[in-house]
Amino acid sequence: MAYELNVNGVTMNADVDPDTPLLWVLRDTLGLVGTKFGCGIAQCGACTVHADGAPIRACMTPIEAIGDAKITTIEGASALEVGARVQKAWSELDVAQCGYCQPGQIMSATALLSQNPAPTDDDIDAAMAGNICRCATYVRIRAAIKRAAGQEA
Amino acid sequence: MGMITNITQGFSPSRRAVLAGGGAGGLVLAFSFAGKGAAADGPAKLNAYVQIAPDGIITIVSKNPEIGQGIKTSLPMLIAEELDVDWANVRTVQAGNDPQAYGRQFAGGSMATPLHWDQLRQVGAAGRAMLMAAAAADWSVDVASLTTEPGVVVHAASRRRATYGALAAKAATQTAPELSSLKLKDAANYRIIGQPIPQVDTAAIVTGQPLFGIDMRLPGMLYAAYEKAPVFAAKVAGADLAAAQAVKGVRKAFVVEGGTELDGLLPGVAVVADSWWAANKGRQALKVQWADHPTSSQSTPGYAGQARSLVAAKGGKSLRSDGDVEAALSGSAKTVEADYFYPFLSHATLEPQNCTAHFHDGKMEIWAPTQLPEPGRQLVAKTLGIAPENVIVHMTRSGGGFGRRLMNDYMVEAAWIAREAGAPVKLVWTREDDMRHDFYRPAGFHHFRGGVDSAGNITAWANHFVTFGEGEATARSAGMAATEFPAQFLPNYKLDVSMMPLGVPTGPLRAPGSNAIAFVVQSFIDELAHAGGVDPVEMRLRLLAQSSGGAFDAERMAGVVRLAAEKARWGKTTLGPRQGQGIAFHYSHLGYFAEVAQVAVAQDGTVKVEKVWVAADVGRQIINPLGALNQIEGSVIDGISEMFGEITIKDGQVEQANFDTFPLLRIADAPVIETHFIKSDNPPTGLGEPALPPVVPAVTNAIFAATGKRVRSLPLKASELAAG
Ligand code: FES
Ligand code: FES
Repeated sequence: MAYELNVNGVTMNADVDPDTPLLWVLRDTLGLVGTKFGCGIAQCGACTVHADGAPIRACMTPIEAIGDAKITTIEGASALEVGARVQKAWSELDVAQCGYCQPGQIMSATALLSQNPAPTDDDIDAAMAGNICRCATYVRIRAAIKRAAGQEA
Repeated sequence: MGMITNITQGFSPSRRAVLAGGGAGGLVLAFSFAGKGAAADGPAKLNAYVQIAPDGIITIVSKNPEIGQGIKTSLPMLIAEELDVDWANVRTVQAGNDPQAYGRQFAGGSMATPLHWDQLRQVGAAGRAMLMAAAAADWSVDVASLTTEPGVVVHAASRRRATYGALAAKAATQTAPELSSLKLKDAANYRIIGQPIPQVDTAAIVTGQPLFGIDMRLPGMLYAAYEKAPVFAAKVAGADLAAAQAVKGVRKAFVVEGGTELDGLLPGVAVVADSWWAANKGRQALKVQWADHPTSSQSTPGYAGQARSLVAAKGGKSLRSDGDVEAALSGSAKTVEADYFYPFLSHATLEPQNCTAHFHDGKMEIWAPTQLPEPGRQLVAKTLGIAPENVIVHMTRSGGGFGRRLMNDYMVEAAWIAREAGAPVKLVWTREDDMRHDFYRPAGFHHFRGGVDSAGNITAWANHFVTFGEGEATARSAGMAATEFPAQFLPNYKLDVSMMPLGVPTGPLRAPGSNAIAFVVQSFIDELAHAGGVDPVEMRLRLLAQSSGGAFDAERMAGVVRLAAEKARWGKTTLGPRQGQGIAFHYSHLGYFAEVAQVAVAQDGTVKVEKVWVAADVGRQIINPLGALNQIEGSVIDGISEMFGEITIKDGQVEQANFDTFPLLRIADAPVIETHFIKSDNPPTGLGEPALPPVVPAVTNAIFAATGKRVRSLPLKASELAAG
């Protein structure tokens, strides 16, 4: 099936089965490998991207469900004002260890701050609950979100 | 798409290729020398490489695999410091697997810092000496009259200056100096070591650039999924491949005979397709019959039953027996007897195991997220019958290691499948594959007996350890050293061990051995402290004062125990109902760690770890404080996370398959962590592991303080900790 997708503001074409998850279309068909595979069952958040600004788990979202939603991936995060701010905070605090979860963490944090520019700790817990960091960089993830929000602890 | 994602830019299988990329006029300083007292070809042999371009950009090769421990930053920092350059002008590249050029390359045991602290600083200093020799020759002055500023050689008397970039070509023709002739910097003059330096790959990580093994792409690359038996090493009895082959995009499905070695190529069925999704769909359509296997009756309750019998039989091989434990126990004011248990655990690296392989021109070329590339190369060579020199392994960044990638089973699978497929192939495991085909942290059983006298001092300690193994062979990572604390701290001490057979693969998980032993030993010390009416901190200091040798320096350990207690305001903090503090210490990987945990246990038994105070002694110098704190915080949370999950066995198979049944800690449950270092006058040591072991008993001891309930079995169960 031929699909036309809007990814990071660019129109892209993919000829794949309708049940193919967006994750594998991005990674294998379009070559955008920044979005990661961690679990395949919406448990870890490594595959988080935005559909019209809302965070979704690309591993459980079949391409047929995308329609004309605008997809933003980690490769396009810098083009978002909030995304760039989040990436900057992530770099300044050197949040990552292995780094594998961080594209998903950054996309979730960007979605949070886009909707809620001054999140409380509880807001952060709720918005980031779906993102596992196996290296357990949670202390810095929280600090980086606060830094990006301009509310340094 | 024909798109190539080159994640191996700057990676190279050979020194020649690393260096050839440097451009004309670049300086290559190549060092190859044996470490102190080591045989020329022995394991201490070390090589490192520095390249300086005419524009002053310094390229430093990082020899070891990067798995999130920050090595690609911290090892080049050592070289850059003594070379005397600006960190901003340093670029680092990942070495290829090349033991001849670089010596042993691995990520494990938190060994990189102790093994390279002296050697890599000498590599930098040698480079600086060659640059100075070049300037001395140019200017016809005595080299002793020269100094350096970052990136510049200076002759103060004549006010002459030359940049490293300008001197590089000539410096490359100088003879490498005797290492013993090199004077290393005074720590007071460090400009790079000790600075908080972000990881060199941070920018690529936060923008989603290809870095990891799973990101590898080659022209014409196909994708593979591999189905193995749920009972480890069971053979394929029959396979209907037709339905898999009928899936759109599937190119090939085939049976892999495989062997019986658990860390080698196991039997299975491979499906190769145009996309991974198609390969995985094909794999789901397979109908495979697995042969019967002798371990298919094993189970977690079965192991527990055997352990009970072994303990009751009081058998076991004596690993150590000091003094007279039985006499001391019968003369004790109080005795305590306790059975402890900890479960199997999975590594669950967030990047599932994967590997890309391409068999071409008689060579097997491999891109792998691996902690131990050379044994992987040998395994591939042996299994596929290819000469080792025709197997080339490129190390990619790993999305976590924790010991899982010390095994190269996925590497040999990818190599086998790629040769059979006749095309470059990327094998990607599902999470379910990963969790059900791990090398698990072994479960273990400890039957303790201990006594205290009327003053509360420990009189005797007996540990009957029931673990896994057969005959003389202990299962991998399932042993316990006869020197393990509190051996040599008590006059009456004994350790016996019994083993039972295991069909499940085991292996090192971050702080192997220690991650379990610390829990049982430090918990039982707490039990004896409470039995003797002695404060848990005081009890530990008393024990440490009784060192008669032992595996570590008791003074250094007492130092961190006191510091952790002081920082946590031990005994001085007002705590609410069902809130408590616990302390524990552990020595591993040359590091001294004591930790205090503060927990609150809800009425329903839910445990919340509120805060952890960490006191650490890893020597006189923290190389990169930014990375060091990250490792400690990660280890502490990792340890807490390990208290909530378990891998169980039923019918010889792992029951858990994904993060819904093997949970990992999430952000809301991460405690506040406060870290304090004691800078003792000892060589710096590694931080990838030693902060983990003490947190587990610190938390269980805190749970006892909060609830009066002693946790003797993991994982934590809320039902057992509920009020009332
Ligand atoms: S890969 Fe999608 S949530 Fe884990
Ligand atoms: S940094 Fe490794 S999983 Fe988050």
